[in-house]
Amino acid sequence: MLRSYLKIAWKVLMRRKFFTFISLFGVSFTLMILLVVMAIFDHAVGAAAPLKRIDRMLFVNTIRHQMTDGHGWMSQPASVHFVDDYVRKLKTPEKVGVTTVSANATAFTKSKLLPLDMAYTDGNFWQIMDYDFLGGRAFTGAEVAQAQHVCVINEATARAYFGTTDVVGRTIEIDLKRYRVAGVVRNVSAAQIYAYADVWVPYTLSPQYIKDTRLSGEFLVVLLAPSAADVPAVSAEYQQMMRQIPIPQPKEVKAIYSYADPIVPGFTRAFLGNEPSLQNDQLTKFYALVGGLALLFMLLPVLNLVNLNVTRILERSGEIGVRKAFGAAGADLVGQFLVENLVLALVGGLLGLGLAAGALAIVNEAHPIAYAHFALSWSVFGWGMVLTLVFGLMSGVYPAWKMSRLNPVAALRGAGEQK
Amino acid sequence: MENLLANSPEARTSPVAPLNGAAPVLRLTNIEKVYQTKTIETVALNQVTLTINRGEFVSIMGPSGCGKSTLLSLMGLLDEPTSGTIEVDGRPVTAYTDKELANLRNLKIGFVFQSYHLINDLSVVDNVEVPLLYRKGMSGKERRQRALQALDKVGLSARTAHFPGQLSGGQRQRVAIARALAGGPEIILADEPTGNLDSVMGEEIMDLLLDLNRRDGVTVVMVTHDEQQALKTERVIRFFDGSQVS
Repeated sequence: MLRSYLKIAWKVLMRRKFFTFISLFGVSFTLMILLVVMAIFDHAVGAAAPLKRIDRMLFVNTIRHQMTDGHGWMSQPASVHFVDDYVRKLKTPEKVGVTTVSANATAFTKSKLLPLDMAYTDGNFWQIMDYDFLGGRAFTGAEVAQAQHVCVINEATARAYFGTTDVVGRTIEIDLKRYRVAGVVRNVSAAQIYAYADVWVPYTLSPQYIKDTRLSGEFLVVLLAPSAADVPAVSAEYQQMMRQIPIPQPKEVKAIYSYADPIVPGFTRAFLGNEPSLQNDQLTKFYALVGGLALLFMLLPVLNLVNLNVTRILERSGEIGVRKAFGAAGADLVGQFLVENLVLALVGGLLGLGLAAGALAIVNEAHPIAYAHFALSWSVFGWGMVLTLVFGLMSGVYPAWKMSRLNPVAALRGAGEQK
Repeated sequence: MENLLANSPEARTSPVAPLNGAAPVLRLTNIEKVYQTKTIETVALNQVTLTINRGEFVSIMGPSGCGKSTLLSLMGLLDEPTSGTIEVDGRPVTAYTDKELANLRNLKIGFVFQSYHLINDLSVVDNVEVPLLYRKGMSGKERRQRALQALDKVGLSARTAHFPGQLSGGQRQRVAIARALAGGPEIILADEPTGNLDSVMGEEIMDLLLDLNRRDGVTVVMVTHDEQQALKTERVIRFFDGSQVS
């Protein structure tokens, strides 16, 4: 039966090429845009080097101080005191690492000024992340503790500054300070904000490496859970820890809040949260919002396709009448029409994937984000197929139902009269 | 479906005695069909009572618009009467759901239409397979085999891979007859099967239907305008203005 449905589906597609083109254009163009968005999202938060173990990672972005007397709140990254005296003492994480958002720095080559993005990290950071080293190694915890002037640089910096990547042991001068190159890593996309920089140096060299009792500083904390299943336990222990931290300056600060979150909830909590404590990670809201937008975006071509399909049914009323006369029940016709529509959607989906690959190639060519290379991964492909299926069903169900309700006598006469 | 019919309450309460020694395969009692619009009420069939016996070849004749095709649609369970009862094998069909009626059509009835109604996108053999697609549990191989047998019976074995557009009118009607035969129905309902054909091809189709009736015992009910063809059948029922006149 399926073979017969597929055969007729193909014939129907080929019979009206212009109709097919319009339908396919709607499906594939919409899917292309959704796939490109997904590929960018996947690139930013997916499991790829150096964030290969992303499923085990938690991030602490900020500590939020809620002020007394309605003075609002203040959110800042963590201080050395906060990391060393509280976070590093947690039992559940396998490792606790520290980094910063990369900041501007400048190196001078013989002929030109070389703007760089520099991040400060500890030794653990390199064990949590999985950088692809072209040469040398990461700096160690001991080198960090001794505040040695060592650094790791990316391939682009090595080439721009030295003209080669074989530079381990050589010295680079950045912001008038000299660092020995310990290792060279492959370029990391700026979209991977926790891992991106041109140059990494020990956080003990940071001007913000101040040992006092403030909780706020400039450091982002990366925690590695022993397994993906342990992530909630790490998050829970972190919460437990937060409840025990005494509030600094209780006259000014009413409460402090901070959360250790996997990458996506970390963002959604910060950007979508509306209560002072940010207690809800807003992940459900985020997915509902994104899903809703995607559905809304698909709605227009779906409605277009529904309209074309309904018109089309009238053209095929003779066939529907014959099938009904020879024993097709309503469900058989619904099934047949859905198969036809899914075939169309599937062809559209594959075209959409092709178009998305093309669009990503153009985006990559334009280098909108440093070192970012967007690509269609298997997960994006899988999502593309799911979207295609949703598309096929959304645009097929109503016309199929309408078709199954055609009165066979009227259908055989060629009129599309409803039962 | 057979079991379903046998166990239905109607099966137990409405035993129908064979008429004149032959088993009635279709019985219509006091059938009325009225088409109603906002302003006009059209009576298409008025108190029609008739029986079709197993193995009969019956012609239905009458001027255009006298209700012949409506009658055939009702016999084929494609439409419901405004009042009256239709019985198939002695069992009223009013109690059945749409799905059960579809199944009954699939098992018992084969249709032949004046304008063939072949699906142009499907090859000859695929067209003939259409009724078998809705047979539960029939394998693709068996479907193909039965379709080829039906095509052999109508003398079109050499045209199985052709498409309807590549065939003459007579050949298309043969394909339609093969399609009607493929499911092994008890009754063939033919609505002016020769109406679109010239006299030579019309004769061929008529001979084919007569042959199926005589050799294979298939019950045939045929709507026709052609007096000569009607006279070749066992019984002629005449209609005028929605009523049976003979």
